[in-house]
Amino acid sequence: MTDSATGGSTTAATSDAASHVVEIRGVDKTFARDGRVVTTALQGIDLTIGKGEFVSLIGPSGCGKSTLLRLIGDLTEPTSGTVTVNGKPATRARLDRDYGMVFQAPVLFDWRTVEENVKLPLEILGWDAGRRQARAREMLELVELQDFLRHHPYQLSGGMQQRVSIARALAFEPSILLMDEPFGALDEMTRERMNQEVLRIWERTGITVVFVTHSIPEAVFLSSRVVVMSARPGRITDVIDIDLPRPRGFETREQRRYFELVTAVREALRHGEPRDAVGSLDRAAAEGAIG
Amino acid sequence: MAGTTASAAGLQPVAARRTRAEGASRGRRAAIWLALVVGLFALWTLVKALGGVPWRPIGAGPGSEMIWNPPFRWDFANDLNLPHWWNIAATLVAPVQRGADETLLQYLAGAAFYTWREAALGFLVGALLGLVLATIFVHNRLLERALVPYVVASQTIPIVALAPMIVFAFGPSVTSVVIIATYLTFFPVTIAMIRGLRSPDPRALELMRSYAASTREVFWKVRLPASLPYLFTALKIAATASIVGAIIGEGPGGVPDGLGRAIINFNQYYITGPEKLWGAILVSALVGIVFFMIVRLVELAVLRGRPGAAEG
Amino acid sequence: MSVAVPAIGRPRGAPRAGKRWRARVAYYLPAAVVFVLGLVVWEVGVGVLGDAAFVLPRPSAILAALGENWGAGRWPLAKAAMATLSEAIGGLVIGTVAGTIAAFATARWATAREVLLPVGIGASAVPIIAFAPLMNNWFGVLNPLSKMMIVAVLVFFPVYVNVVRGLVQVDASALELMRSYAASEWTILRRVRIPNALPYFFTALKVSATLSLIGAIVGEYFGGANDVLGRAIVQSASALRFDVTWAAIILGAASGIAAYIAIVSVERLVIPWHASVRGEGP
Repeated sequence: MTDSATGGSTTAATSDAASHVVEIRGVDKTFARDGRVVTTALQGIDLTIGKGEFVSLIGPSGCGKSTLLRLIGDLTEPTSGTVTVNGKPATRARLDRDYGMVFQAPVLFDWRTVEENVKLPLEILGWDAGRRQARAREMLELVELQDFLRHHPYQLSGGMQQRVSIARALAFEPSILLMDEPFGALDEMTRERMNQEVLRIWERTGITVVFVTHSIPEAVFLSSRVVVMSARPGRITDVIDIDLPRPRGFETREQRRYFELVTAVREALRHGEPRDAVGSLDRAAAEGAIG
Repeated sequence: MAGTTASAAGLQPVAARRTRAEGASRGRRAAIWLALVVGLFALWTLVKALGGVPWRPIGAGPGSEMIWNPPFRWDFANDLNLPHWWNIAATLVAPVQRGADETLLQYLAGAAFYTWREAALGFLVGALLGLVLATIFVHNRLLERALVPYVVASQTIPIVALAPMIVFAFGPSVTSVVIIATYLTFFPVTIAMIRGLRSPDPRALELMRSYAASTREVFWKVRLPASLPYLFTALKIAATASIVGAIIGEGPGGVPDGLGRAIINFNQYYITGPEKLWGAILVSALVGIVFFMIVRLVELAVLRGRPGAAEG
Repeated sequence: MSVAVPAIGRPRGAPRAGKRWRARVAYYLPAAVVFVLGLVVWEVGVGVLGDAAFVLPRPSAILAALGENWGAGRWPLAKAAMATLSEAIGGLVIGTVAGTIAAFATARWATAREVLLPVGIGASAVPIIAFAPLMNNWFGVLNPLSKMMIVAVLVFFPVYVNVVRGLVQVDASALELMRSYAASEWTILRRVRIPNALPYFFTALKVSATLSLIGAIVGEYFGGANDVLGRAIVQSASALRFDVTWAAIILGAASGIAAYIAIVSVERLVIPWHASVRGEGP
């Protein structure tokens, strides 16, 4: 098994300018209050993501990884710099419905059944009823929830709800999937199952994924590249290529190379910390536990 | 939207930001309120100017000179249905009766204070009753299931309907009025406090259990403090309700000194002097708002420093 | 938005119907016992009370009075209840429609909300009962519309405040999701804000149901046509016919409860997905 054999995924090294899905140049993001800068969330960000890549953003709380994801998705605008998606400004890409979003909370609507939740973006895009129905079923089959079409979200477990949310994000075939700590609220076992699921979907669809997480094993297991960030101000300190073979599965987590890469990411995270490294790591952990 | 986006992005010190935002907007809010009151009077004047009857000088009879002749004649805007606000103001500072040395405003202020005292008494008794009932219900599920439906049902009975009988049973006196005010007050407090006393985080109760704390200690140290926001929400409702109860009770209660009687009296003479009823109603509204504000101020003082304490 | 994250695994199945029914009976049993006991004590105990018994006739006497005055007599109660109920429902409809329209008109503009929401909350501090005589004068004391308007004013503010909250207090992530779909404001209103506001709307309606009956009766209390519950109560009480008074009161309360139940039934049909409906309790 080689990585080129599955899902059409290409690593950053082989991608050329034409196949860039995301191109971020010199982006700063500051939050101001009463005209004064309160927080520098991101500073001097340059990042290129190729077609079909699976890129994780990892870093301590407050490093701006979620903000970076939201910049790509045009949920917030950069203070300076440019974000280009599929060769056009991020806003244009959003209006063209290039994005699928998955948040930490499933954000399902209580008043819709599972199937109707998946249909929501298709309704907004103006698909006709027959196509909506077929696609919703197809997507729910993809996340293996075809038996729960008529259920309401409250009748599902947290993991199942998040799978519905993924099905909804993929339903209208966006070219890029943005996931903001989608499995942060799940327990470890469910999270590993969901990781496997996401990989399977990614391999089948060949979609480009940007994935925010604060779990090192998760980032290594899923990604073709891991972008390591540091806080105050939020910067990219390292980008690590993950050359684990695909398809990845249960045994991947027991490979020697996997542990080496986990260690490499951990080292990079520590390296990116400012002088009082240990203290702020503890603080970050504490903040992560609260928020 | 901008605020929620920023906080979702990890701008954390929410409490600090909130208090600063309030400080900035308090002055603006006062200005908005002032503008609203002025706007209301302006609208009132405009309606009278467009569709009222011919304007005449304050206190002058129908035959006197015309100051302004409105282009339309709307029924609801004539001097009987919608008196000029300056005529109401003039009536308020005029003697309450021919030859009396007390102005209407003085009379109404006295009546308002009288009614407020009845209401406040009923409010206190009702709030206490509500607290006791809620405490019992929270600690005894059986009693809760047996009795709470009747606490709820009690409020479907229109209190005006009970008033004549309460007055008959207890005599036409202030006591009857206070009982009526109590009846309207205890309900919101009971219901809110059942929820409030149950509101503590289960983990907080488990923590107390790990300390082997007694029920009494759990009540005073966890349940009651946790319930305070609920209590004040209910007390604000109860403040108005107690005024309503007192006003309603004064009619059949035969209490001659309060606002209820004033409203009934002036209602009977509405044809000859609508301004008096309007004055009485405005003062009633004012009493309700003032009582509400008093409770709100106490709430602000008691809940100071709690998240969300400064909101409505 | 699905905030509740139930345990992982199979979806929660509904408990078997028979078991659920038995649980429900067990739950309401204490209340039923109190009801029966209360009636018995009342019936038997009234004789002991003496003077007060005059104010509080036996349940059997009240029932008899209800039968006697149902369709005939000086106070035909059935007719009176219908008249009062129609005033209440008319006012409920007027107030609800006006409150909802006002909410939709102002919810979009933050400044309008900032001004009007406190006014709406502050208005609840005004004893609106005091306006009853004004409404009688405006719309004619004999015109049922005057009572409806009292009810409408009473209902308007809770509806307004709740609907505005429902339209505005939408999960921020849901709005971001809609933004990622590049959905229009209209789409967001239709697919997110309005469904989100429905539970708030029904909360207001449930509060307003009993409020509307009380408002109508209070309006009648300040004068109006005969053959309405409020007049029957005032007149029978002043004639010291307290059995009739109680019969009228019970009819009024029953009408209020009926209106409440009707609204809860509609709520179950319209928002079966909401926590208040699927209720964890019995």
